[in-house]
Amino acid sequence: MISVQHVDKTFGKQQVLFDITADFQPGKINLIIGQSGQGKTVLAKSMVGLHEVDQGQILYNGRDFTQMDKRQKTALRQEIGMLFQGAALFDSMTVEENVKFPLRMFTKMTKKEMQDRVDFCLERVNLSGRNALFPSECSGGMQKRVGIARAISMNPKYLFCDEPNSGLDPKTAIVIDSLIKDITYEYGITTIVITHDMNSVIEIGDSILFIHQGKNWWSGDKRDIIETNNPEIESFVYASEFMKKIRASLRENIS
Amino acid sequence: MIRNLGAYFLMMGWVLRKPRKFSVFWAMLMREIHAIGISSIPIVVLMSTFIGAVISLQTASNMDNPLLPSYTVGYITQSSVILEFSPTIISLILAGKVGSNISSEIGTMRITEQIDALEIMGVNSLNHLILPKVFAAVIYFPILVIFSMILAMVGGLISLIISDLSTAETYVLGLRSWFDVYNVIYALIKTVAFGFIIVSVSSFYGYYVKGGSLDVGRASTKAVVISSITILITNFIITKLMLL
Repeated sequence: MISVQHVDKTFGKQQVLFDITADFQPGKINLIIGQSGQGKTVLAKSMVGLHEVDQGQILYNGRDFTQMDKRQKTALRQEIGMLFQGAALFDSMTVEENVKFPLRMFTKMTKKEMQDRVDFCLERVNLSGRNALFPSECSGGMQKRVGIARAISMNPKYLFCDEPNSGLDPKTAIVIDSLIKDITYEYGITTIVITHDMNSVIEIGDSILFIHQGKNWWSGDKRDIIETNNPEIESFVYASEFMKKIRASLRENIS
Repeated sequence: MIRNLGAYFLMMGWVLRKPRKFSVFWAMLMREIHAIGISSIPIVVLMSTFIGAVISLQTASNMDNPLLPSYTVGYITQSSVILEFSPTIISLILAGKVGSNISSEIGTMRITEQIDALEIMGVNSLNHLILPKVFAAVIYFPILVIFSMILAMVGGLISLIISDLSTAETYVLGLRSWFDVYNVIYALIKTVAFGFIIVSVSSFYGYYVKGGSLDVGRASTKAVVISSITILITNFIITKLMLL
């Protein structure tokens, strides 16, 4: 479990996060949603140590990340996988080398063991046989899948996904969502997904945290988000007529 | 400027550490030797041969004093090439070619979150990305400069023979006159320093880039300008320390 306790973050004179407290459960997909510029990515990047928080605690199964020295952080980071918005694959490496990179860097696996692990991860994301492609030769969806394969290559306990569906067509977005869901449930990973995609909210949101104005504005699960009358949620999630109709239909089904 | 200097030294503190995995470092080093060193051979060949030829021709055409021995052309070419042309001018050219390449490569990695991906894995991204480049430059630039010295002198020979301004024997006698190995050592020491400057300064501007592709372009230009200025200042300091 990851627990964020009273986290504040400021850039220069601008405070971005205000006293954020939230728990992210293992074996569940924990969504962080909110409008652009509200602090979602800053919160996720603070949780993995790319930003240092001004105050507060970030606890990974009780271990406070903010109090760790560099060696302890390095050890903990090997338990974290991250899928970036643009996949962040290494341009100079092939698909196989990208997935193999963390294994080469941090394990003492033999070449055969590494190859088996890479093949397994690529198969898991339906990319078998694409080992020799370079990222520039892959479509957006493929790049995201390679990103997932790289993120799970070290058997992470925690998986962060920053807008995994951005820039993808609806069909490919569903494939990525399904992959994240399967991997999370299969391995009991604590998965945190930052998303704007309302389809993802309804499909995979086991637990949802709505960040607004840098604060923990609302939290619940996908059933709660259908039933809530919180005005900020309504104006964000159900902004379009289409989404309002979907909610009405979902509410009918629930009742 | 002082803030940048402080940030640069702090960065180098993270760069100059023992690599986490030697096999990964070795693979990166080989890649960088190719990218920084071997791919620079064509431009070094072209520049050195033609500038060596021009130095010889200009020296020969300006030597109308009958009291000067004819082998002076070879001697002046040798001195100019070893002391200044090959180590400094070639390094300035490499600052443009290699420096802009390094800065834009690392800058692009920054804005596409590849550096963040390394950091999240627990990799010291500064050490992983920059140390192999520093080693590649420090090992390979002196080789390029020795290569450049030889080619410039050969270029001078060819130009004199084609222009019928001297004979091969006279020119080679000039090249061998007052040849001092210390000058070559001085040139190589300068080259190592220049290689270090080009790679570290360019990496610095690439690594700390913020924004988008326009900012990567600006960082690349800045890296070349600052590297070139630093090379000229360092050239003066090393010359003062070693030759005077």
